Amino acid sequence: MTVETDVAAYATRLGDNALVLGQRMIEQVAAYPELEEELANANFALDHIGQARLFYTLAGDLEGAGRDEDDFAFRRPECEYRNLLIVEQPNGHFGDSIVRRVLFDSWYLLLLDALTRCSHEGLSTIAARAIKEVNYHLRHSSRWLVRLGDGTDESHDRVQRSLDDLWRFTGEMFVPDVLDDEIRITFKGPDLGSIEATWRERVAKIVAEATLEMPADQWMASGGKQGRHTEHFGYLLSEMQYLQRTYPGASW
Amino acid sequence: MYTQGLDQAGKSGTARSAEETPERLEAFQARIDAEEKIEAKDWMPEAYRRTLVRQISQHAHSEIIGMQPEGNWLTRAPTLKRKAILLAKVQDEAGHGLYLYGAAETLGVSRDRMVADLLSGKAKYSSIFNYPTLTWADIGAIGWLVDGAAIMNQIPLCRCSYGPYSRAMIRICKEESFHQRQGYEIMLTLCRGTGEQKAMAQDALNRFWWPSLMMFGPSDATSTHSAQSMQWKIKRFSNDELRRKFIDVTVPQAEFLGLTVPDDKLHFNRATGHYEHSDIDWQEFYEVISGNGPCNRQRMAKRRKAHDDGAWVRAAAQAHAAKQAARAAA
Repeated sequence: MTVETDVAAYATRLGDNALVLGQRMIEQVAAYPELEEELANANFALDHIGQARLFYTLAGDLEGAGRDEDDFAFRRPECEYRNLLIVEQPNGHFGDSIVRRVLFDSWYLLLLDALTRCSHEGLSTIAARAIKEVNYHLRHSSRWLVRLGDGTDESHDRVQRSLDDLWRFTGEMFVPDVLDDEIRITFKGPDLGSIEATWRERVAKIVAEATLEMPADQWMASGGKQGRHTEHFGYLLSEMQYLQRTYPGASW
Repeated sequence: MYTQGLDQAGKSGTARSAEETPERLEAFQARIDAEEKIEAKDWMPEAYRRTLVRQISQHAHSEIIGMQPEGNWLTRAPTLKRKAILLAKVQDEAGHGLYLYGAAETLGVSRDRMVADLLSGKAKYSSIFNYPTLTWADIGAIGWLVDGAAIMNQIPLCRCSYGPYSRAMIRICKEESFHQRQGYEIMLTLCRGTGEQKAMAQDALNRFWWPSLMMFGPSDATSTHSAQSMQWKIKRFSNDELRRKFIDVTVPQAEFLGLTVPDDKLHFNRATGHYEHSDIDWQEFYEVISGNGPCNRQRMAKRRKAHDDGAWVRAAAQAHAAKQAARAAA
C-alpha cells in the first residue's frame, strides 16, 4: 500500500457514507410531512450526493487506475463499500430520519472539521466545502429533534425509541482501524478518540434540550468499515445499481 | 399549519369585498385592457378571484404530484450526475409548489384549505402525472415533452394580469426551461447509445406523446373557461393555439433524435406552415381526469399517506411552538 492508495481508500469510505445516506434520503422524496421539509430533505440529499462525487473523484485520481465516480458508486459489490452501518439502516418514520441525521452529522461535522486542518490538500479542500453544508444540516435536524422531543407525548415517545434503536450504530464511528491511524499519523488527520468526547457532549446537550434521555451504554454493532454490512444494504445497492448492472458498458 | 386564518381574508372590509357594481367591473376591465397588473389588495370580481385560485392551486398541486413519477427514478438514476440533476429538478418542483401556494394565498385561501381539497379529490392536478414512468427514458421524455408543453402554457402566464401569479411564473419558467433541456439531453444520449437505449427512448415517446398533447386541455370548441380567462388576460392563447405551437416545435426535435412520432397522419402542411395530426382521443383524457388513469389512485394514496404519516410531526411542531410561547410569556 502506498500513501496515495491509503488516502484513496479513506476518501472512498467518506464517499460511501455520503452516498448511502443521500440514497436513503432520496427514498423519502415526495413522502415528507410538510412541503418545507420536502425541500430541505431533497436539498440535503443533494449535498450528500455532491460530497460523494467529490470524494470518489479524489479517490479515482489518487488511485490512478482510471476509475471515475460512477465506477465507485455503481460497479462495486456490497463488501467493497465501507460506509458506517448507521447510514444504511432503512428509513423509518420522520423521527427516525431526524435522529439518524443528528447522530451521524454530529460525528461527520467533527470529522470534517479535523480534516479541514489535515495536511492532505485533496481531503482538506473537500472537507472545507462539505463542512458548511453539514453544519447547516445539523442545525436543521437538531431543531427538529427538539421540536419532536419537546412536542407531544406521542412525538416524545417516538423519538426516544428512535434514539434508543439507532444508538447501537454509533459505536463504530469512534473505533479507529489501520486506515484511520494512517491518516491521523501521516496527515495529522482526525483523532476519533477526541472526537468521541466532543460528540458525546454535543449530542447530550441536544438530547437534553429535547427533553429526551441519553441511551444507556450497550452492545454496539460494527463491521461497516470492514465491508460487513447489514442485510438491508444489498437491496439498496441492487436498486441503485440496477441500470448499470442491466446494461453494462452503456453511456447514460 | 403555517397559514391559518387566511381563509377569513377578504371578508372584513378589504377592497376586495366591495360590491360588484357595473362601474367597478368596467373600471377593472379597463385596467386589464391597459395591461396594468392587478395586485392582491386591489378590488377584483369574485369570479376573477375564483378562476385564479382554481388555476393556481391546480398548478401547485400538479407540481407536488409531479414529484412522484420522477421520484420513481431517483433511487435508480444511472449515474451520479443524472441522480444529482434529477434530484435538483424534483426539489425545484417542491419549490414551485411552494411559490404557487403562496401566490394563491394572496387571493385569500389558505394552503391548508388547498391541500385538503387536493387530498379529498375535490381539486384536480395535471392528468399527465397519472401516467407511469416505466423506464429511465421516461425521465427524458417527461423533461422534453411534459416540461416542454408546460413551458408553452406557462410563458404567456408570465404576462398574466394577476401580479403575484405573473411574478411566480417568471421564476418558474426559468427553471422549467432548464428542466426541458436536461430532458432532451437524456433523450439525445439514449438515441446515440445502444440499440436497447434507443428502443427505450422510442417507447417513451410512444407513451408520452398523446398525453403531452392533452396537457393543453380540451379543444377550443369545448373548453369551458377559456373565453372569460382570455378577456381577463389570465390566459393569452387558446388551448389549440398552444398545442399547435408545441407540435410545430417538437416534431423537428423528434426528427433530430431519429425517433418517430406515434401518429400515422402527422404531416407538414406547407400552405398553413403547421403540422396536421390525427384526432386526439378525448375519451382517454376525460377518463384520466375523472380518476381512471393508470396511476390516479396510486398518486393520491401516496400523497394522502405522506400527509397522514406526518400528522404527529405537525402536531409536535405546534405543541412545541405553543410551549415555547408559554415559556416566553412566563
